Amino acid sequence: MELLANLGLGLSTSLTPLNLLYCLAGVFLGTLIGVLPGLGPTATIAMLLPVTFTLPPVSALIMLAGIYYGSQYGGSTTSILVNVPGEAASVVTALDGYQMARQGRAGAALTTAAVGSFFAGTVATIILALFAPPLAAVALKFGPAEFFSLMVLGLLASIVLARGSLLHAMGMVILGLLLGLVGTDVNSGTQRFTFGILRLADGIGFVVVAMGMFGLAEITRNLENEGDRSTVVNKVTNLLPTREDWKRMIGPILRGTGIGSALGILPGSGSILGSFAAYAIEKKVSKNSKEFGKGAIEGVAAPESANNAGAQTSFIPMLTLGIPSNPVMALMIGAMIIQGIQPGPSVITEQPALFWGIIVSMWFGNLFLVILNLPMIGMWVRLVSVPYQMLFPAILVFCSIGVFSLNNTEFDVYVMAFFGVLGYIFVKLDCEPAPMLLAFILGPMMEEYMRRALLLSRGDPTVFFTRPISAALLALGALAIIAGSIPAMHKKREAAFRE
Amino acid sequence: MNPIARNGKDFWAGIIYIVAGSGAWIISRDYGMGSAGKMGPAYFPTILGALLTVIGIISILRSFLKSGSPIGVVAWKGLALIVVSTLLFGMIVRGAGLIIALPLLVIVSAFASSRFSWKYSLAEAAVITVFCIVVFLKGLGVPLPILGSWFGY
Repeated sequence: MELLANLGLGLSTSLTPLNLLYCLAGVFLGTLIGVLPGLGPTATIAMLLPVTFTLPPVSALIMLAGIYYGSQYGGSTTSILVNVPGEAASVVTALDGYQMARQGRAGAALTTAAVGSFFAGTVATIILALFAPPLAAVALKFGPAEFFSLMVLGLLASIVLARGSLLHAMGMVILGLLLGLVGTDVNSGTQRFTFGILRLADGIGFVVVAMGMFGLAEITRNLENEGDRSTVVNKVTNLLPTREDWKRMIGPILRGTGIGSALGILPGSGSILGSFAAYAIEKKVSKNSKEFGKGAIEGVAAPESANNAGAQTSFIPMLTLGIPSNPVMALMIGAMIIQGIQPGPSVITEQPALFWGIIVSMWFGNLFLVILNLPMIGMWVRLVSVPYQMLFPAILVFCSIGVFSLNNTEFDVYVMAFFGVLGYIFVKLDCEPAPMLLAFILGPMMEEYMRRALLLSRGDPTVFFTRPISAALLALGALAIIAGSIPAMHKKREAAFRE
Repeated sequence: MNPIARNGKDFWAGIIYIVAGSGAWIISRDYGMGSAGKMGPAYFPTILGALLTVIGIISILRSFLKSGSPIGVVAWKGLALIVVSTLLFGMIVRGAGLIIALPLLVIVSAFASSRFSWKYSLAEAAVITVFCIVVFLKGLGVPLPILGSWFGY
C-alpha cells in the first residue's frame, strides 16, 4: 500500500519533537488570533512569514498551516460566548451558538463545535491524502497552456465567489494581475512600472501588500465604529452535551464536513463559503428548522464542521497545483518560495517528506486543538475582553517590524502604508481585496505560462481552446461566470452572503 | 450623497480602474510589444490595461443608471493616524532606534481610538517596546538599533 507508506513517512516527519512543537505553536497562535476579533489568519501569517525564514521548510509550513485551521477553532469560541465572531467563517456560528450560551448551554455548544471540527479535520486530512496525489499526477502532464487556463479558471471562480458585484471582482483581479507585473520582466530585463524607483525592480513584495490590505486597512475599518462590544461573557459550566444533543449533531456534522470539504477546494472561498452554505442547507433539511436562530445545536455543528473541513481542503490546489485558492494559501506559496521550494505538482514527488508531513501534522494539530480549546477554555475567554484600542497598536507594531525585517528596508514599510490606504479605499467602495491578492501572486506566473504556450504554438492563440484539458478548464470557468451572472443565481449569491 | 452619480461606489471604483488601466497601457508603449509568438514585455500589460479600462467605463456608466448604497462613514482620523504613525516609524527607526520609534508608533496610532487614554497607552508602549526588543532583536536577530545613528550609535 503506497498510501500507508506515504502516511508512514508523514508520521515520521511530523512526529519529531521539533515539528510537533511548531505544530502546537501554530494551532496555539491560530486559536489566539481566532479568539481576538480584528486579527485574522491572513495578517498573522503575513506577519510571521519573516520569522519562518530561519526555520526548516517543513516546520515553517506545519506551523503556518496550524495557524490557519487553528483560527477556525478559535473563531467559534468568541462567536458562542460573546456573540463576536473572531473570524469571518464563524459569523453564522454566532447565530445559534450565542443563543445556546444564553440558555446556559455554552459548554454544550463549545463541545459540539470542537467535536464537529475534530471530525471534519480528520475527514479532510484523509481527503487530502487520498485525492492530492492523483490530482498532482494529472497536473504533472500539464503544459503551459493548461496551467494558463487553470489559472484563468481559478481567477474566474474567485470572481464568482467574491462578495459584491462581479464587475468589481473582475476589476480587482485585473488590477491585481497588473500590480503583480511591477518590477523586472524576466524575459527581456525591462523594468516595468517602476517609475524609476530602484527598490521596485524586484517587484512589490506579496507580504507587504497582504499586510497593508489585510492588516492596516482592516484596523482602519474597525476604527469606523468602535461601538459597544458586548463584554458580557457567558459562563461555561457543563461541557458535556446531553444524549439528545449527540444524536442531533451527527447528521449536521456529516453534512457540514461534506459541504465544507467540497467548497474548500474551490478558489476564492476557503472556509468562509462552506460555513455559510452548511448553515443554510442545514436550516432547510433539519427537522428542527424552527429552532434555528434560537439555539439549535445543528446551527453550531454544521458550520463549525464545514469551516474546519474547508480550511484544510483548500490546501489541495495549493499543494498539488501550486495555485492558491485564497490569500492564506497564497502566503503559504510565498513561504515555500522563500524556502527555495518551487510550488507545483512536483512537490509531492520531489519533497515527499514535506508534503506528507504537512498532511499528517494536520491531524495532530486538530488533536492539539481539542485539548487546547476544551479544558483551557477559561483562558481564551479572558482574552476576549482585551479591548480593541489596546490591540490595534500592537498589530500595527508587529506589521511594521515584520515588513521591515523582510528585506531590512523602510521602503517596504512605506509601501505597506500605501496599500493600507488603497485597501481601505477598496473596502469603502465594496471592492473585495481577496481576488486582487490572488491575481497579484498569479500575475507573473500567468504571463510566463501564456508566453510559453504561445511560443510553442508559434503565436496561435487557439492553442488554449484546441488542447482538450485546457479547453475544458476554460469552459468550466466560462460556465462559472455565466452561472454567477444569471440574475436568479446572483440574488441567491447575495442572500447567501447576507445571512 | 454623491452629487455626480447615482452610485458613488461604482463611480469612484470606475475612476480607479480607468486611471490604472489606461496608465498601464500608456506606460507599456515604451516597453516593446513583440508578437503573440514572442511576447514582449508590453504584451500582457497592454491586454490587461485595455480590459481594465473597459471595466472602468462600464462601472462609470452603470453608476449613472443604477443607484446603490452610499459610501458611508469614512474613518478619516483613523486612516490618517494609522498611516502617519506607520510612515513615521519607517522614517525614524534607523535614526532614533526602536526605543523611540516603537513608543511613538504605539501612542500616535492609539490616538485613532475614541477611547484613547494616556495611562494605558504609555503602559502598552513600554510593554511592546521591551517585548519587541527581546523577541525581534535578541531572539530573531532583526538588524534594528535600540538607539539609532542620531545618538552616535
